[in-house]
Amino acid sequence: MGHSTSHTTEAPLVTGNLSFHELTELVARHAEKKPPMIWYVAIGISSLMLLNLLVMIAYQVWNGVGVWGNNVPVGWGWPIVDFVFWVGIGHAGTLISAILFLFRQRWRTSINRAAEAMTIFAVICALLFPTIHVGRIWVIYWTLPIPNQMDMWPQFKSPLLWDVFAVSSYFIVSLIFWYVGLIPDLATLRDRARSFIRQRVLGIFSMGWTGSNRHWRNYEKAYLLLAGLATPLVLSVHSVVSFDFAVSIVPGWHTTIFPPYFVAGAIFSGFAMVVTLMVIARKVYGIEDLITLNHLEKMNIIILLTGSMVGFAYITELFIAWYSQVGYEQYAFINRVTGPYAWAYWIMMSCNLIAPQVFWFKRLRRNVPLMFIISILVNIGMWFERFVITVISLHRDYLPSSWGYFTPTWVDVMTFVGSFGLFLTLFLLFLRFVPMVALAEVKGVVPQADPHFYDRESS
Amino acid sequence: MPQLFPRRANALPILSLVGALVGGVATVGFVWYYFSPEYTDVGYAPEQPVPYSHRLHAGELGLDCRYCHTNVEMTAEANLPPTETCMNCHAQVQTEALSLQPVRKSWAEDMPVEWIKVNFLPDYVHFSHAAHVNNGVGCETCHGRVDLMDVVFQPEPLSMGWCLDCHRNPEEQLRPDEAVTLMGYEHPADFMERNAERIEREGIQPPVNCSACHY
Repeated sequence: MGHSTSHTTEAPLVTGNLSFHELTELVARHAEKKPPMIWYVAIGISSLMLLNLLVMIAYQVWNGVGVWGNNVPVGWGWPIVDFVFWVGIGHAGTLISAILFLFRQRWRTSINRAAEAMTIFAVICALLFPTIHVGRIWVIYWTLPIPNQMDMWPQFKSPLLWDVFAVSSYFIVSLIFWYVGLIPDLATLRDRARSFIRQRVLGIFSMGWTGSNRHWRNYEKAYLLLAGLATPLVLSVHSVVSFDFAVSIVPGWHTTIFPPYFVAGAIFSGFAMVVTLMVIARKVYGIEDLITLNHLEKMNIIILLTGSMVGFAYITELFIAWYSQVGYEQYAFINRVTGPYAWAYWIMMSCNLIAPQVFWFKRLRRNVPLMFIISILVNIGMWFERFVITVISLHRDYLPSSWGYFTPTWVDVMTFVGSFGLFLTLFLLFLRFVPMVALAEVKGVVPQADPHFYDRESS
Repeated sequence: MPQLFPRRANALPILSLVGALVGGVATVGFVWYYFSPEYTDVGYAPEQPVPYSHRLHAGELGLDCRYCHTNVEMTAEANLPPTETCMNCHAQVQTEALSLQPVRKSWAEDMPVEWIKVNFLPDYVHFSHAAHVNNGVGCETCHGRVDLMDVVFQPEPLSMGWCLDCHRNPEEQLRPDEAVTLMGYEHPADFMERNAERIEREGIQPPVNCSACHY
């Protein structure tokens, strides 16, 4: 049988020629041994930030939403900006775990666990903001379609209600997807556990996984189905979030480009966040053989791709505003470029459209310090994108008599800072207690897993 | 690998499934009943400053409701009678009764009796008695058999769902104008047809929109 060897071989996904056992040791020990000192420092800082978040929420619920800088033209300020920002961050996780799985991108295996965890924690942060930005948090259950003594149901025409369904089902599906992926790895930890309690706890969470042929067959099917379900979900969730704006009549919001453009932006910012976190985690935890420069490069290519899509959307918006011949629409964009918030617009443009273009150069997209800086710039830019869309469109619209200026208060700022505390605390707990790399999957992509590996070795 | 869990752990999946089902149904049932005004409000009967008996006045003495609650056909609010109304009779009747001491005190000191409201709606609901009484909603329909109450209690939940039930199907409740204040009224056999006909004739359109009550 003619065996062609002329096809280009992919660069190895795992370097260092690690055996299966070395892989297990490399990853599992971080969930078993005492964490490094820097972990304690990090969680100390992040839990202080989390405490600050709780204080801010209590302060705001007690005193009312007027403690934020929102005013009457700008009813949606930082809380909605932060909401969209965090939902966006969450999208990269599902893209990596579901969409790249459907495309059989094997390089996803080293990063999917951390990216999915990031999704879940980002969605928790995101869910926080729609919950607290309402004036009366205690009746928020009225947004759920529950039969009640009032005979009242939510308004199913409102995208804000779709948000409730979209984001909560996104959270649930992401959690299930992540958990299903975790089961074989939890079983590995269970089998390595020495203490009685640890064995039982991991034994319950790994649900009796023995790694039998039948287990794996069903597991792979379930994983594929979940990936197939999560893919339309990830595209629709951020589209629904974009409908909050696109369905309105505000110039600068009422745009049909929003659904795909928001999704592209979400993947853009989400991948940037993954790069930020992975650059640090691979260093601190010494897993550079698993998350290699090739992985980071591929993520940077996706950042470049989605960043250019977002840039294309910015230009399209400007073009359509001019082309529309609608005065309000034209003014909305002139106001973005030259108005009182022009600084925000230009931060957005330079961070999102210009900065990632350096990734066209192979040398630059394999440069770890540079990609770290760019990934942070991208997230700053993407936060400003949401700020630009939300605030600049609202503060000057149809009636000049209702033009205003929005200035955030310290509560706005501290709540946003606190949401990072929530995110980082959860992420650090994840790094401490759960295998941060999907062991079972990585073992499937190392060269030794190829049934022909030893044939080639001997020839 | 050693067995971590005993054989009886095999029952856990079934148990957790059953537990989730039972727990889910129990939670829904619990909230549905115990969180509703049907449970929290119905039967509320506070002790009043004067042990006023509707059974005696409206039932045995046969006073019409409108003798004391005079505004009920004219205004949104059904008034509580002032002390003057009590004293119309009690200046002559039972003048020494201990139970009427607060009424005489109110009369002498020109201070109102502090009655306690039983049927309580929040202020964001604007209810009009006149609109209902003049369109054939009997007192009994919402307030129960007041003529049999020694102490007034809340007989109906007054929840929004309860209001809307009647606004959606008024023909089940309406009665002829002359029977509005009648207690113990019994509907004739063909009352549904009669009410439907009346609703058609008089153009009664019970509102089911927000602005009707919540402005």
